[in-house]
Amino acid sequence: MTKLADTLQLIGASPLAWGCAVVAAFLIAGSAAALILPRTSAGPDFADLGKRMISWWVIIGLTAGSLVGGWQGTSVLFAIVSFLALREFLSLAPARREDRLIILLAYLTIPISYLFVIINIYMFYLVFIPVYVFLALPFLMACIGQTRGFLASSATIHWGLVTCVYNIGFIPLLMRVPRWDAPQAGAVGLVFLLLVATEANDVFQYVVGKLIGRRKIAPKVSPGKTWEGFLGGCVLTTALIILIGPDFTPLRGVGLWVVALSLPPVGFAGDVTFSAIKRDIGVKDTSHFIPGHGGVLDRLDSLTFTAPLYFHLLAYYALATY
Amino acid sequence: MTWLRLLLITVVLRPWARLMTGADVIGREHLPLTGPAIIAANHNSHVDTLLLLTLFPARTLARVRPAAAADYFLSNPAISWVSRNLIGIVPVDRSAVGSGVDVLAPARAALENGDILIIFPEGTRGEAGEDMAPLKSGVARLAEACPRAPVTPVWIQGAGRVLPKGAHIPVPMTCAVLVGEPIHWTGDRASFMAALKQALEALHAQAPPLKWCETD
Repeated sequence: MTKLADTLQLIGASPLAWGCAVVAAFLIAGSAAALILPRTSAGPDFADLGKRMISWWVIIGLTAGSLVGGWQGTSVLFAIVSFLALREFLSLAPARREDRLIILLAYLTIPISYLFVIINIYMFYLVFIPVYVFLALPFLMACIGQTRGFLASSATIHWGLVTCVYNIGFIPLLMRVPRWDAPQAGAVGLVFLLLVATEANDVFQYVVGKLIGRRKIAPKVSPGKTWEGFLGGCVLTTALIILIGPDFTPLRGVGLWVVALSLPPVGFAGDVTFSAIKRDIGVKDTSHFIPGHGGVLDRLDSLTFTAPLYFHLLAYYALATY
Repeated sequence: MTWLRLLLITVVLRPWARLMTGADVIGREHLPLTGPAIIAANHNSHVDTLLLLTLFPARTLARVRPAAAADYFLSNPAISWVSRNLIGIVPVDRSAVGSGVDVLAPARAALENGDILIIFPEGTRGEAGEDMAPLKSGVARLAEACPRAPVTPVWIQGAGRVLPKGAHIPVPMTCAVLVGEPIHWTGDRASFMAALKQALEALHAQAPPLKWCETD
C-alpha cells in the first residue's frame, strides 16, 4: 500500500523523517508559487500568498520544534495557543462589564488543565472543564449579582473554554502516549497525523472548491464553501489518512476507516461553526495575529473539532493508555 | 534615565502589552518615526499610553512623549517620578485652564525640540464601546503653533476593557490599534478639528466590533 514509505524505510528513513520531508517539500513548493504567481496574469488573486507562506513556515517550524520537545514542549506551545485563541474569543464575544474578573478566571483554567497533563491524570483532565468549571464559573457569576444576560454570558464563556482550551488540550494528552503503545512513530506520529490531516483537509476543501466548486453548501453562514469542495476535500483527506495512517499510528482496519471517514467532515463542521460565530459577531477574521491568515482562531477552528474526536477514536480502537 | 526607560519599554512593556492586548496594529506604516509629530488618539484606559509606547522602534522611543494631566500624574512623588522618567510625560495642567497660564507651553516646547507628542484630545478617559467624547481644541492650537508637525490619528479599540477607568486589575483582551494617514494644519481651528474628528471616526468604523452586553 505504501510503496514510497517502504522504499524510504529501506534506505533507513523513519516515517517521521519522510513525513517532515514531504511537509517541507510542500512548503517549498508553496513558497515558490508565492514568488512566481503574483507576477503572472492572475497576480492580484495571489497578492497575500507570500505572507501566508511565511506564516506557514513559522507555524510549522514552531509546531515541529515543540514536538521535538516532547510532551513538555507540546504542552507549552498549545497552552500559549489556547490562551491566544481564548483571548480572541472572549474579546470578540459580547461580554458583560461585571464579568471582567470571571474572564480572568477563565484564563486560569489553562494552567490548571495543563497541570493535569503534567501530572498525567487523564481522568481529572477529562472532567475539570466540562463539569467543574462549567458549574463553578456560573456560580461565581451569580455571586457577582448581575442576573441580566446571565445565561447567555455563562454559555458564551463556557463555549470558548471547551473549544479553545479543553479540545486543544487533547493534543498534549496524545503526546503522553508511551512508545510501546504507538510503536510506529511514537506519540509524535499520532499528533503528526492529526495536524497534517486536519490542515490538509482545510487546504483540499479550499483548493477543490476553487477549482470546480459551483453549488453553495452553506450560503448563509459561509458563502465561499461549496458541495464540490466539501466532497472533494473529504475524498482526498480520507485517501491521505488511509495511505499514511498505518505508518504513523497503530490504527488498522475498521478503526483506520472510521478515523479516515469521520475526520474530514468534522473538520469542515468546525470551520462552518466558527464561521457562524464570526458572522454573528460581525467580523471576517478573529484578529490580525497571523499575517495573511487572520487570527489564531481562524487557523484553529477545524482543529478544535477534530482533536477530541481523533483522540477518542484512537483511544477506543488503538491505544491501551487511554 | 533614558536607558532605563528604553529598557523598560522594550523588555518589560512590550511583552506585557502583547500578553494583555495582542497589540494588533493596522496601518503601522503611518506612524511617524521622526519628530516633530503629533499622535492624536482616543482614550479609554491607562493601557492606551503604554500600548502606544510599545509600537515605536527603539531608536524612535527617546523622542516619543505622551501629554498627560499634571493634576493626576504629578499628584504624588512616586507616580510623578515614574511618569516623568519612565513614561516621559509632558505635563498639561488641566486645573490652570482658563486662568491665563499657558498650559500648553511644555507641549509646544517638546514639539519645537523635535519630539513625537502623544495627545488624547478627549481630555480624559471615556468608557469602552461608547462614542468619542467631544474633542478639546488643544491639539489644534499645537498644530497651529507647529504646522510642520503631521497629526496622525490613532483609534485604539478595546483597551477600555483591558483596564477600564476605576479598575485595578488588568484582564487580557485583544486590542486593535488603527493608525490613519496623517493630517496637517488646515489654517483654522474649526476645519482642523472637523478633519481630525472625521479621521478618528473613520478609523473607529473600521475597528472590529466591541460588545458589552446590554446590562442596564
